[in-house]
Amino acid sequence: MALELQNVSRSVEGRVHIHPTTLTLQKGTMNVLLGPTLSGKTSLMRLMAGLDAPTTGRILWDGTDVTGMRVQDRKVAMVYQQFINYPGMTVYDNIASPLRIMGRDAASIDKAVRETAEMMRLTPMLQRRPLELSGGQQQRCALARALVKGAGLVLLDEPLANLDYKLREELRIEIPRIFEASGAIFVYATTEPEEALLLGGSTAALHEGRVTQFGPTPQVYRQPADMTTARVFSDPPMNFLPCVKTFAKLALGEVTTPASGAFASLPDGTYTAGFRANHLSLHQQSPDAVPFSCMLGVTEITGSETFLHLYHGADKWVGLVHGVQNLADGAEVTVWLDPAHVYLFDASGRLAAAAAYAQSDLKGAA
Amino acid sequence: MIKTQNNKAWFLVLPVLVVVAFSAVLPLMTVVNYAMNDTFGNNQFFWVGLEWFEEMVTSSRLHAALGRQVMFSAIILAIEVPLGIYIALNMPKSGFWASFCLVLMSLPLLIPFNVVGTIWQIFGRVDIGLLGHTAAALGFDYNYTNDPFDAWVTVIVMDVWHWTSLVALLAYAGLQSIPQAYYQAAKIDQASRWAVFRYIELPKMQGVLLIAILLRFMDSFMIYTEPFVVTGGGPGNSTTFLSIDLVKMAIGQFDLGPAAAFSLMYFLVILLVSWVFFTVMTNLDRQESK
Amino acid sequence: MAQITLKNLAHSYYPNASKDEDFALKEMDHVWQDGGAYALLGSSGCGKTTLLNIISGLLRPSQGRVLFGDRDVTDAATAERNIAQVFQFPVVYDTMSVRDNLAFPLRNRGMDPKYIAERVQAIAQMIGMEDRLSRKAQGLTADAKQKISLGRGMVREDVNAILFDEPLTVIDPHMKWELRTQLKKLHRDFGHTMIYVTHDQTEALTFADKVVVMYDGRVVQMGTPEELFETPAHTFVGYFIGSPGMNLLDAKIDGNRAHLQGASVSLGAAYGPINGRTQIGIRPEYAALTRGDGLPVSIRRVEDVGRHRLIRAEVMGQPFSIVAPEGMEICADLTHVAFVPQKINVYADDWRVKEGAV
Repeated sequence: MALELQNVSRSVEGRVHIHPTTLTLQKGTMNVLLGPTLSGKTSLMRLMAGLDAPTTGRILWDGTDVTGMRVQDRKVAMVYQQFINYPGMTVYDNIASPLRIMGRDAASIDKAVRETAEMMRLTPMLQRRPLELSGGQQQRCALARALVKGAGLVLLDEPLANLDYKLREELRIEIPRIFEASGAIFVYATTEPEEALLLGGSTAALHEGRVTQFGPTPQVYRQPADMTTARVFSDPPMNFLPCVKTFAKLALGEVTTPASGAFASLPDGTYTAGFRANHLSLHQQSPDAVPFSCMLGVTEITGSETFLHLYHGADKWVGLVHGVQNLADGAEVTVWLDPAHVYLFDASGRLAAAAAYAQSDLKGAA
Repeated sequence: MIKTQNNKAWFLVLPVLVVVAFSAVLPLMTVVNYAMNDTFGNNQFFWVGLEWFEEMVTSSRLHAALGRQVMFSAIILAIEVPLGIYIALNMPKSGFWASFCLVLMSLPLLIPFNVVGTIWQIFGRVDIGLLGHTAAALGFDYNYTNDPFDAWVTVIVMDVWHWTSLVALLAYAGLQSIPQAYYQAAKIDQASRWAVFRYIELPKMQGVLLIAILLRFMDSFMIYTEPFVVTGGGPGNSTTFLSIDLVKMAIGQFDLGPAAAFSLMYFLVILLVSWVFFTVMTNLDRQESK
Repeated sequence: MAQITLKNLAHSYYPNASKDEDFALKEMDHVWQDGGAYALLGSSGCGKTTLLNIISGLLRPSQGRVLFGDRDVTDAATAERNIAQVFQFPVVYDTMSVRDNLAFPLRNRGMDPKYIAERVQAIAQMIGMEDRLSRKAQGLTADAKQKISLGRGMVREDVNAILFDEPLTVIDPHMKWELRTQLKKLHRDFGHTMIYVTHDQTEALTFADKVVVMYDGRVVQMGTPEELFETPAHTFVGYFIGSPGMNLLDAKIDGNRAHLQGASVSLGAAYGPINGRTQIGIRPEYAALTRGDGLPVSIRRVEDVGRHRLIRAEVMGQPFSIVAPEGMEICADLTHVAFVPQKINVYADDWRVKEGAV
């Protein structure tokens, strides 16, 4: 079982919502669609579900063309950001409703409902109505209804966005577990990089209706194909600075460092260097690290860590450092960066060389 | 909202189309037929082309009826829309009294048109009617069967009594959809009551108000039963509105040709006005969703 | 501007509340210092919005007084309290232009048109909407509308306080960074008292100097982000602050050691005898996998969260989370977990026990 999108695109009234996209989602995989609001996550999901017809291209399900097939005839389930349940029915009846529509017999419905409820930890609430439940439980009920019919494709459109932070944390742990038990293809849309990382599986980064990269989640995170993907997959946003390579030297802004590793083999020229907030530090933590002097805008303290909002010339950077740092706003600070944490992007924004740490890290994981 | 294309949906619409064809399109074509022919009975027809239309367009009788009709619609809209909004603004927002008001407001809407006419016909009579008798006892020279002004007042008050609830209920529904945060923000901004109405309530009610105005305009433009029952179009022709005039012409005088031409033009006017409303409303929708 | 004092405050949505659970807000005394940046943090239904509405005057408390400076405003209407509030969903006047939206609170107070024009220009620059001032507010994106709401809250210079009710809910993660730093800057530049209600710990901790954690209608702790992280006064604070929250293990305390089912760990301080259910709390950040030190651990799952690794494990049959650095290899010989003794907190019946206390 696999879902294939072949050159699928969609335009509405001359405006492109989805650029031609080719994707193959394998059976039993978790696929995250990561991108900001209006990047096309929901549009892409609607195409996968068959709620919208593609303008061009074909959609194959298990090798069969399902492009024009009605939603009702496909085995698809969808969960939305809003908690959508039948308010007048009990949780039990809510979960049973898709099976009743399918005309299953009472005994098998009862069995399926109880199994799904157990998995979703809803068993004690089966006789209650959705509006008497907390937000997290309501969303569990909606998830249970989506899962109970054994759909081959389960689409989750920002299902946790309306939940409290802590409830989100709990369900985030559970969703991979539920997914593993179901064996279906999961597609999960989110705006948050952290959520994508926690869910694992594969990630498709989306930007303005285009899939910029699709691959295993840690790989997309550590080896983003271009600046757009790197920006989408960084929270706080990735920091950038101009960079020039000449012979064996790399000029990162005002600092020069030897071009080692993957950087050594790059052609000379201008690049953009990118690095993540957590790789800046206030102390020299490795012998290769280079200092930058910045102006401190604002600091934000989370209790265990401190976010530094920095101005490096005209560039705005964010640094995330350990511990509580009480620094005066507007102060001059020196921050350190190890070149092993730097990505280089070429003039067109493509990744020229991934950070050295990311390559060794991937090997370590594999 | 984008919908999936599915041509099979046409089959579902088909029965409706058939029914509409038999109930509306075919009778309408008969009217068109009458409007273009003259007859002296015996089912013999003579083609007269647009003659009846010319006669009707230049008819002073029709002009007068049209004038009265426009005046009537304008007056009742000018009263019912502001009054309806005012009532909606002052209705309780929740609890027992909200339901009570809703039921109370719906009552006039549930009464059949001819019954409304009869009620007011009796209510206003000077001899036995509560209103007429009281007015007379208080020294007012009120008599809707003799005085054109009194007849107008009666017909308008009746319509306001019958239909203001509709405007009020629609406006109320519009008001209920405004989130509480807007009112709280307005309090904090120290907005005056008028500003709250002008910048929060009115914009949010815009859509339903347009529907209310459209419904009330069409209904009042076609009004027949109630004034016919109360005044019969009199005294004289003073409350003879378009539809009353049309019926007089078609059934009273059996001038089928002119009456048919008349009713077609009548139909076109209503169609035109509805189209204007529809365009305005869809444009507003587009603006909102932009 | 003024200090805000809550005296004996409590609120119930029932007319004749008598039982403790009838109260959405349990009796409290609280002082909000003039010019402070506060966050009110808690899960939905903990009473934080109720409290905010009492301060703004949208709700009259069923008991107690609210003071702005020395003035009792318990019965004063919202408009008289001279506060600004930004709501969860953008509230803009659709038919007005962006400029008129920003000018609205000033015009209603009959300010000088010249002053209004200057002020609106300054605010527009702050929220980055100078180029769209003449545009109608209708049809703008949710971000832009929320910026207008923020701007409208900020436009009056003389407000007693600015209240925020989960203002960043509808904003994209990237935009959140920008708006949050802008708010912080505004607080620094103008020194308004700000109270920010949220369920999101990151927003609360990063925004506020002092965070007030609420749980079940009560304030369980008020403190700096550091205090809440290092020494949570209640197990709920330990759970609610930090991601994942604090690990709790049942233990018996004897002086400066904690005994857990035969094993024992040393604590940073000595404690007197403790009554009630006793637990030790360890932040996942202060636990590390070792090859033999500490308590035996069984690893269930390793999650790669990008900048660090999250290890879901079990210690003494209880779930336990550990934060490990990015790229750390989790080998099979890492069988134990050790804690930083100074960072262990001790709890009796969910409340933190001070060291040395009896």
